[in-house]
Amino acid sequence: MAMLSTHGLTAHYGQFQALFGVDITLDAGECVAIIGANGAGKTTLLRSLSGVLRNEPQSIRYRGEPIGALPADAVMKRGVAMVPEGRKLFPSLTVEENLLIGAHARRGSGSWTLDAIYNLFPILKERRDNAGTALSGGQQQMVAIGRALMSNPDVLLCDEISLGLAPVVIRDIYKAMPRIREGGAAVIIVEQDIGQALEVADRVYCMMEGRVTLSGTPTDLTREAIHAAYFGAAA
Amino acid sequence: MNWIDTIVQGILLGGLYALFAAGLSLVFGIMRLVNLAHGDLIVLAAYLILLIVSLLGLSPFVAALIALPLMFGLGYVLQKVVLNRVLGEDILPPLLVTFGISVVIQNALLQGASADTRRLPTGDVGVASISLGGINVGILPLLTFGSAVAVILILNHVFYRTALGRSFRATSDDPTTASLMGIRPNAVFAQATGIAMMIVTIAALYLGMRANFDPAVGPARLIYAFEAVIIGGLGSLWGTLAGGVIIGLAQTIGAAINPEWQILSGHIAFLLVLLFKPRGLFPRAFD
Amino acid sequence: MTISAPDTIYRVETRTRTSTIAGLVGIVLILVLFAAPAFASRGLIQDLFFILTMLTLAQFWNLLAGYGGLVSVGQQAFVGIGAYALFAAVILWGLDPVPAILLGGVAALVLAVPFGFFAFRLQGAYFAIGTWVLAEVVRLIVAQWRAVGGGTGTSLPRTATENIIFTDQIAALFDVRASAARDILAYWLALVLAILTIGGIYWLLRSKRGLGLAAVRDNPQAARSVGVDAQRVKWFVFLTAALGTGLTGALIYMQKARISPDAAFSLNDWTAYVIFIVVIGGIGTIEGPIVGVLIFFLLQTLLAQYGAWYLMILGLIGIGVMLLAPRGLWGSFSDRTGIQLFPIRRRLMGGPLTIKTPSREE
Repeated sequence: MAMLSTHGLTAHYGQFQALFGVDITLDAGECVAIIGANGAGKTTLLRSLSGVLRNEPQSIRYRGEPIGALPADAVMKRGVAMVPEGRKLFPSLTVEENLLIGAHARRGSGSWTLDAIYNLFPILKERRDNAGTALSGGQQQMVAIGRALMSNPDVLLCDEISLGLAPVVIRDIYKAMPRIREGGAAVIIVEQDIGQALEVADRVYCMMEGRVTLSGTPTDLTREAIHAAYFGAAA
Repeated sequence: MNWIDTIVQGILLGGLYALFAAGLSLVFGIMRLVNLAHGDLIVLAAYLILLIVSLLGLSPFVAALIALPLMFGLGYVLQKVVLNRVLGEDILPPLLVTFGISVVIQNALLQGASADTRRLPTGDVGVASISLGGINVGILPLLTFGSAVAVILILNHVFYRTALGRSFRATSDDPTTASLMGIRPNAVFAQATGIAMMIVTIAALYLGMRANFDPAVGPARLIYAFEAVIIGGLGSLWGTLAGGVIIGLAQTIGAAINPEWQILSGHIAFLLVLLFKPRGLFPRAFD
Repeated sequence: MTISAPDTIYRVETRTRTSTIAGLVGIVLILVLFAAPAFASRGLIQDLFFILTMLTLAQFWNLLAGYGGLVSVGQQAFVGIGAYALFAAVILWGLDPVPAILLGGVAALVLAVPFGFFAFRLQGAYFAIGTWVLAEVVRLIVAQWRAVGGGTGTSLPRTATENIIFTDQIAALFDVRASAARDILAYWLALVLAILTIGGIYWLLRSKRGLGLAAVRDNPQAARSVGVDAQRVKWFVFLTAALGTGLTGALIYMQKARISPDAAFSLNDWTAYVIFIVVIGGIGTIEGPIVGVLIFFLLQTLLAQYGAWYLMILGLIGIGVMLLAPRGLWGSFSDRTGIQLFPIRRRLMGGPLTIKTPSREE
């Protein structure tokens, strides 16, 4: 049985429908990438999974339990943590406080502690007393990832963690991915950087206009297939 | 006329106004809610203390201790059941609902306790004074000011040094992202209003011991509180104390010149600050 | 080469069938109301005067808060200053009370300039309490004005009230005593003021300026980007509301003939009641205050004898409406039925093309 799965998931913003019956699955320990152009529905999918957007109860299941209608804090307490798009650090909290607040609803005794995060991203320890928003974009992204890990999640949702960062910084951040997975979390990453996504993911879903248009393992997918799934068959 | 005496009295009166204002400031800081019933809640708390005093024959200080958790509960429930439902982008619903609550509290008190003025019994504390460098200072005003400083110290400690304060600040910054941390914004708001109502209880204790009160005095307390908050700068608790002191000073100095000018002088001090420092004396760096 | 398009192709209309019928009924109603002194008792005339003046205050508060997004809790300042200007003009300068009403409006307008200057330095909810503080300041200052009675207030002198213009003719026309004639005069003035107010606000909302108003309320940044100066629109609304509120205040106190600072600057009487009228009836609509004032009058007639209970119930109804039907009774009714007596939305009519628009009603 999949750990986290969606079943004909639809989502609306007022009149506008953003998702049209999306089915994806995530197994324990797996890393799944979701790629697609701007406006394909990737972020909407992650916002639904994390509970920021509320859906039909049965449209999202986590360990067999319907969680589609649960609010974000309840989803989080069950072990699904999110690194939101745009980092979203709390401006009135220091770096260390941003990390500590991630442990607000800490579950059990996992391996992620403040020390473990500082070990993963040593620069954060140096800047622990700075305001979170005083950091560079890459460092802010490290805080956002560390903050999500502090709850010892079973599922980590990462929304566009490379957005707006220099390639060298992106590489540094993705270097942490294997250690994050060793910590036991299954990961869903939403990415526009296809190369980066294919490198770390076990499986890939490609989305277009609110639908999954292609899925498979990185080795299965040809450039042509991805191109077609990205921009439509006619392109 | 002894000017030094007047100034000391004014500063100490400012402590009372800071107590009125601290709860308002806290609630606004966390959820951007301006509670127009704040003054009436202070008066309600004063009646609650009075009720406990007369039912159980306790000293007002002990009665206030009993009232603290009751007022916390009232604030929690009020926020959870009513105010959380009207928070949002539109400022109109919370304003109108709290305005309605203000009218309801005033008239409920009028119905339940009549329009007669009341006072909390103070015993010896009410008249005791000590001499500080030649000036006689009342124990009660000193206690009020000391309580205001203590409340602000404790609030600052909670806000900046505890997990609860961390969740307050995070929710204030961004409720949606806070919920991704497992925080329930609505519960945080309810706790914050509960705490604000505990400060209101302390303010009510001194209001009731220092002066007469009746069901209609709430709105004026709200106005003093509001002026102190704006003068101090939104979100700064020490600024709120400074704002309270400025209103207190202006009122006592005004009253010393002409008793009819007491209230007006306080308002004019507020308008002057608004004129020259529209963001207050100690504005927060970011907002 | 000139292209002259036939001017019948497109029409932009706001009129609907219901609004046309409502307009006809409205005209009949206005005629009946003007004729009312011929058959109505003095008590009824006084009740109607109260309803009309509260309705006018409510329309102006609704213009401020419902259309302008300016939630003022200090409108009693303008009622009070208008009333005091009338008393000052009559007592100190011997003016006839009827023209002195206009002076009341001017005084409110003048006061609104420094008032707005301070209040607009505060945003949103703080604007609300700021206006309240300013109203208190005005009350406290007026209470120092000995010539019009200071803190205890004063009455209009008999010589002035007995010689108000038109009252002799009215007394002769309806064969009533001078005091009743004065009530009839005040009532007619209130009726004219209410009609001008509703008509004027309706005209304003349908004009280009009204569009700007809606734009500023809904999104100040976007409004600026399409060339609407938010600050100017706010000032315009604020000054208009002050003028109208001042005129109404002067009229109310001409009828009362007795004034005190606590009464003329009463938060409860001139702002709290008005807010409940607008909220219960439906904020942001012209119909709302009309429905609201009728319900308010009904509640007052039924419950006023219970004193504090009455205000408590009024407060609870206001809270309940805000929680359960935030658009008020008329707003909810209009949402459900689509009926608007004062339609403001523009619809494109006629023309050679039938444009099928997606069914997106707001």
